[in-house]
Amino acid sequence: MALTTTEHADSAAGITLENIFESPRGRDLQTCIQCGICAGTCPYGEVMDYPPRRIIGMLRAGMIEEVLASDSLLRCVTCYACMAKCPRGLRLTDVLLPLAKEQAFIRLPEVPAELQKALANTLRYGNPMGESPRKRAAWAAAAGVPVRVLSQDPRPVDVLWFVECYTAFHPRGQDNCRATARVLKALGIDFAILGPEEKCAGECARMAGETGLFETLTDQNLKVLGKYQFNRLVTSGAHAYDAFVHEYPRAGFDHPVEHTTTYFAGRLEALKPLLTKKLNYTVTYHDSCVLGRHNGFYEEPRHLLKAIPGVKLVEMPHNRINSICCGGGGGGMWLDTYYKAKGMERLADRRVREAVATGADVLAVSCPYEVSRFEDSLKVLGYDKKMVVRDVVEILAEALGD
Amino acid sequence: MVPDIVEELEVGPDGKSLDLEFQRPIVSERDEHALEQALLLKERCGGSVTTMALESADVDDVLFTALAKGSDRAVKVAGVETPPTTAEAAALLAPVLRGLLDQKQVDLIVTGCSAIDDLDGLLGPFLAERLGLPYLGIVTGVVVGADSGRATVLKEYAGGVHAEYGIALPAVLGVQAAEKPPRYVPVAKVRAVMKSGKIETVSAAAPDQASLLQVVRMTKPEAAGHAEMIEGSPEEIASKVTDILSARGLL
Repeated sequence: MALTTTEHADSAAGITLENIFESPRGRDLQTCIQCGICAGTCPYGEVMDYPPRRIIGMLRAGMIEEVLASDSLLRCVTCYACMAKCPRGLRLTDVLLPLAKEQAFIRLPEVPAELQKALANTLRYGNPMGESPRKRAAWAAAAGVPVRVLSQDPRPVDVLWFVECYTAFHPRGQDNCRATARVLKALGIDFAILGPEEKCAGECARMAGETGLFETLTDQNLKVLGKYQFNRLVTSGAHAYDAFVHEYPRAGFDHPVEHTTTYFAGRLEALKPLLTKKLNYTVTYHDSCVLGRHNGFYEEPRHLLKAIPGVKLVEMPHNRINSICCGGGGGGMWLDTYYKAKGMERLADRRVREAVATGADVLAVSCPYEVSRFEDSLKVLGYDKKMVVRDVVEILAEALGD
Repeated sequence: MVPDIVEELEVGPDGKSLDLEFQRPIVSERDEHALEQALLLKERCGGSVTTMALESADVDDVLFTALAKGSDRAVKVAGVETPPTTAEAAALLAPVLRGLLDQKQVDLIVTGCSAIDDLDGLLGPFLAERLGLPYLGIVTGVVVGADSGRATVLKEYAGGVHAEYGIALPAVLGVQAAEKPPRYVPVAKVRAVMKSGKIETVSAAAPDQASLLQVVRMTKPEAAGHAEMIEGSPEEIASKVTDILSARGLL
């Protein structure tokens, strides 16, 4: 289990629900005009007893315990829609909701089984699926290009590629891994991975309210990262990107961080001449919540897709800031059973219906959670012959030709 | 603690034990249920829970987690040099439990009814024998009523049959499944307990007799026959299936 006893992320921020109005970012919550745009834009707003507007109202009225005792915060998939739309610019998803979710999580009479298993697995094995940590780099054997593992060859490296769990272990994530390795190789990038030493970055544990687990993972990852010299960290995980940019620096991490999509988009001129194979795909792109609404990367994946010969890009009605969450954030990845039992629609189903209606044959994504979530929805809804799901990097690798 | 089957099990170089090089032992699932059943009883009837474990790698984390879940005391039996057999484990635990029983501090001793390295589930019976207490295994529920000297124990049999036993306390129970799945405890709580909580350590008594059983050889199961994959169009497959079934007199 290797639990450690250092504390940082929460104490560094120093904000708790009790003193939230004393911090500048928390004090802003006092200026909420209760307009309700947050509740209206929340994909699960209609099935929460306390959507964001009411949470703020209850907090101001000193009645937050009622909110924490409900399961509203378990229904929050931290999609950043409320925060992105708030006319007062209040810090809902990155300040208020994590604090509230942490307190709600501690008060849960019973953690839903699927989520409990994922969290326990993440603590023990460093990945939510409970796979052997020793197999974290198993995908590399079939990558077709050499992949350096730092524990075996610790020389300094330009790009430390933090692969992340769903990419490293899920069979479809592994396709993304192999594609990423091929594109990195084609660009002549000096890259290496941590392999079995890498642990889940922990963003979803934190956003599910399991802050202690997040801190343990942060400690473990920083200790390993501290052993090696590298210029930048590039990750395949959209949620890992978010954690490395916004949370890990509080614990002392100070390297530049990029997501594979933005990293490749930044090297588009070098990449373009390599994209020689014409792909006759009509593609619609799903904006990941964390890459899009939280970090503002809307155009980078679209630039990559448009650079691929033969690819026609069409948009869903809900795109960019209005994108509909796949339902996988904030622990939602492991709450499908709970949501189903509560009669809640699976958000990935809602999204896939819209994607199919564009007439596209490929649904392009940039977050490793989305591949399995959308593929499941396509099968459940009977659209799996009409549309396939591909990570943007997978499509890039396909266009590399031979 | 038992081998974690997330890692592939390999036979060690001596040919009669597991290769533990890449093994991180994990708490046995049934023992987690035993602890949960004890915590549920404490919540319903009061009293206190003491979690006891033999020293092994990572066992401190398991004991701190038990404290964070609601166990009142954690006791580690230290000085255990090699992984003990089930009989040896009972011999190590019994003297410590004897001391607690003599002080009338124990009403119930619960353990997992089996483990992946003790499928016979002999730890409970061995302990009961050494302590001179009654034993019931494959337990799925415990009710303690007004008479605190007795408990009603739910025991599971094959084919969906359940039985209720009245049992005089103190007793030893082998728990198959607690009445509720084992609870989750937030890591922050475990970390807090690691700072404020305490694991009591007692020294293991010298073994009173050598194990009467010896492992002679350990091997992986040998593959016997293989499944036959029937290939072809759906019609061809259906026709081959009917041929096979008729050949065996099933059609």
